[in-house]
Amino acid sequence: MGIYIIRVPDIGEGIAEVELVSWHVQIGQNITEDQHLADVMTDKATVEVPSPMHGKVLALGGQPGQVLAVGAELVRLEVEGAGNLKENQASAPASQAQAAIVSEAPAAPVAGTETPAPAAPVSAPGAAPAPLRASAPPPRTPAAPRKEGERPLASPAVRRRAQDMGIDLRYVPGSGPAGRIGHADLDAYAAGGGQPQAGGGTQYVQRHGEEQIPVIGLRRKIAQKMQEAKRRIPHFSYVEEVDVTELESLRQRLNQIHGATRGRLTLLPFLARAMVLALRDFPQINARYDDEAGHVTRYEGVHLGVAAQTDAGLMVPVLRHAESLDLWQCAAGIARLAEGAKAGRLAREELSGSTITLTSLGALGGIASTPVINHPEVAIVGVNRMVERPMLRGGQVVARQLMNLSSSFDHRVVDGMDAARFIQAMRALLETPALLFVE
Amino acid sequence: MKELTTKLLVIGGGPGGYVAAIRAGQLGIPTVLVEGASLGGTCLNIGCIPSKALIHAAESFEVARHQAAGSQLGIRVADPQIDIAQTVRWKDGIVQRLTGGVGALLRKAGVQVIKGWAQIEDGKTVTVKPQDGEPLRLRCEHLLLATGSTPVELPSMPFGGAIWSSTDALSPDAMPKRLVVVGAGYIGLELGIAYRKLGAEVTVVEAAQRVLPSYDEELTQPVLDALKKSGIVLHLACSVQGWDAQHGVHVRNARAEEFALPADRVLVAVGRRPHTTGFGLEGLQLDMAGRYVAIDAHCRTSMRGVWAIGDVTGEPMLAHRAMAQGECVAEQIAGQNRRFEPMQIPAVCFTDPEVVVVGKTPGEARAAGIDCIDAAFPFAANGRAMTLESTGGFVRVVARRDNHLILGWQAVGRGVSELAAAFGQSIEMGARLEDVGHTIHAHPTLGEAVQEAALRALGHALHI
Repeated sequence: MGIYIIRVPDIGEGIAEVELVSWHVQIGQNITEDQHLADVMTDKATVEVPSPMHGKVLALGGQPGQVLAVGAELVRLEVEGAGNLKENQASAPASQAQAAIVSEAPAAPVAGTETPAPAAPVSAPGAAPAPLRASAPPPRTPAAPRKEGERPLASPAVRRRAQDMGIDLRYVPGSGPAGRIGHADLDAYAAGGGQPQAGGGTQYVQRHGEEQIPVIGLRRKIAQKMQEAKRRIPHFSYVEEVDVTELESLRQRLNQIHGATRGRLTLLPFLARAMVLALRDFPQINARYDDEAGHVTRYEGVHLGVAAQTDAGLMVPVLRHAESLDLWQCAAGIARLAEGAKAGRLAREELSGSTITLTSLGALGGIASTPVINHPEVAIVGVNRMVERPMLRGGQVVARQLMNLSSSFDHRVVDGMDAARFIQAMRALLETPALLFVE
Repeated sequence: MKELTTKLLVIGGGPGGYVAAIRAGQLGIPTVLVEGASLGGTCLNIGCIPSKALIHAAESFEVARHQAAGSQLGIRVADPQIDIAQTVRWKDGIVQRLTGGVGALLRKAGVQVIKGWAQIEDGKTVTVKPQDGEPLRLRCEHLLLATGSTPVELPSMPFGGAIWSSTDALSPDAMPKRLVVVGAGYIGLELGIAYRKLGAEVTVVEAAQRVLPSYDEELTQPVLDALKKSGIVLHLACSVQGWDAQHGVHVRNARAEEFALPADRVLVAVGRRPHTTGFGLEGLQLDMAGRYVAIDAHCRTSMRGVWAIGDVTGEPMLAHRAMAQGECVAEQIAGQNRRFEPMQIPAVCFTDPEVVVVGKTPGEARAAGIDCIDAAFPFAANGRAMTLESTGGFVRVVARRDNHLILGWQAVGRGVSELAAAFGQSIEMGARLEDVGHTIHAHPTLGEAVQEAALRALGHALHI
């Protein structure tokens, strides 16, 4: 048997360090070649690190949230054969790495004890992080995942239900004799969102727990970017009302005619189209500002960032060359990116390189918003909810569909006048939608 | 070439393949099953079912002969005779009824069955030359390999003529006077004992030191005793060198001495090999686990959309394992979350006495580092066994010492194969010794030995 060190891979594009987001293996686990070991994050893309070898996990090279240099020790495996660690290195890893290595914590087995397993919090992979500090003393025997090879004890009916519910029984504490998992244990675990629950009691109880949620992974990236954008960019915001009655009837008509064959359109592709056309006259707005180098790069192509809400947080996938797409291509592209972002499937290239961003609060309502510029871009346009309101038109009160555009600009390189004229140009296009199709 | 598109294509109509197809059909998955021989595969046609039929006939004949010689039950019969051709016809009738039943079940589930040999082109395309009609090209989303296994041949004794495979031994044209069985595994012993009961002189040659070498010695001792009592001659730790019609089977013992065993027929039962060649499987370049197609806990092969179940995926090569895997795959294709992870797969050996092993033996439990207790209850102390004139054998239970969780059951004795259901259920349900020990078992039955074994492991058996 030998020791094999898996190092943080060189992910390319000059990236020197990555953030460890989550582990998919644990100490003591036997793993196979190509098994998914960990997720690491570079810029905004999450990268899966597979194992190059079969082996048993001896040590993990850090905690989620930790930043690791490319080449640092990620996982230490016990493998058949010689491994890649020389004898004299085996006992003395680099001091930094040694400090980071998480050693195996003693864990009492769940099955195999006569007493029911305590309903202690158990973190399954992917579940919310366990409380770091709680008012109650920590339980003496953690209901830890069972050891590798130790099978959860449950009847076939319980096992089948767990499979249907997508629950890994290894993480479910059993309250039955010998730690057997019953239907009630499974229900309690599922009801707790993957956390075991103590049963019964009134709902009206004092609650004293505290939970520290480490700001790591995508959330940390979002926080850093927002802070940087707000700190570095003097935002200038501008809100305008747009009458989209005609646009909305056009959209509905297009969906009636082509919805079944070409796919249904939302307002977003029309907004993208309006933005693409308006930007032709405002090249300084479709740009990125490198304030350290002191130059603005203007782009002929519109690489449209489309803000997407995911379970992990806000992501901004990029619709490349929006200027070359018709309404339906644009709609399909946005849908594909949104879906990919939600599933965490997008490549790094699809998450970087935008030249301007479109963000929609749409259904969430709101009269106006102050969108934060996606640094190093210089402009962002947000859309608020469309509402039907009474308006005066030719002395008559008529019902119109109205919508606000809320925009922010980098005031260092975009003058207020240009910003306002740009939004007015978008407004003109949206209020007379035939113009969207005139070249 | 005519083309047909389906969602699931199953290659092989044995217990794994037909169960997968029926379940898929029940779940509304368009399914095509390709089988070149008869539906039911080895199990129904040339394995489990016909062998059990032959064993039953042999046992009935032996009982009659026993009674002719003067039974203590007071029964006297005249000189019994057996018409082996009629026995084979009766056995074939059972097989036909069952295989016909499989066809009807497949039809009921809406599965299209194509008679012909499949040739794999790629992971989504298979061509078939049906027995009648023009060749077909089948395209599928999911391909399920359920191609089973075939008996292993000895190079020095290829099947044919006097050299029988297990398939040949199930349809004898006449009774051999002297039968040599090569291999004392369960197939060799089941058939060897049956032929002995049918009146043949049976000699068994085995390379290992013991009969049924995959089981522990305590468990196989009653079988060994019965073999000796029945007049079967055993040559253990002996290897087979070859065969000629004049001298019979050439054997070399552990001291390197060579001798010949005269024989009219030789049954070679030295194991089975997965059926992986001759139908284009090599072209898929699937990952293999030794000779077998490698699969994961979902029965997925290394190629997306290609699944494999049953004997072609390895040990234990048992029909009930293949059936359970088939069901598991069909449900996954229907979008359900499934894994093949049973707590136990029972194994039954239909020798006389029968042997059943479910879960871990004491040796296996200890090898896994588990502190366990085990206890056996003999049929000699069981009233029902006495009334059946069959007091040999015992039921044994293995349980964890700390919490009495039952890890395994083994039994040897007449009719113990039927105890497999209770054994399997207690393990799957996570029963402890107390659960079985405090369950009222019907009296007088062999099953009382199950309860008593559990009580004995707890230190208080009542009837011993």
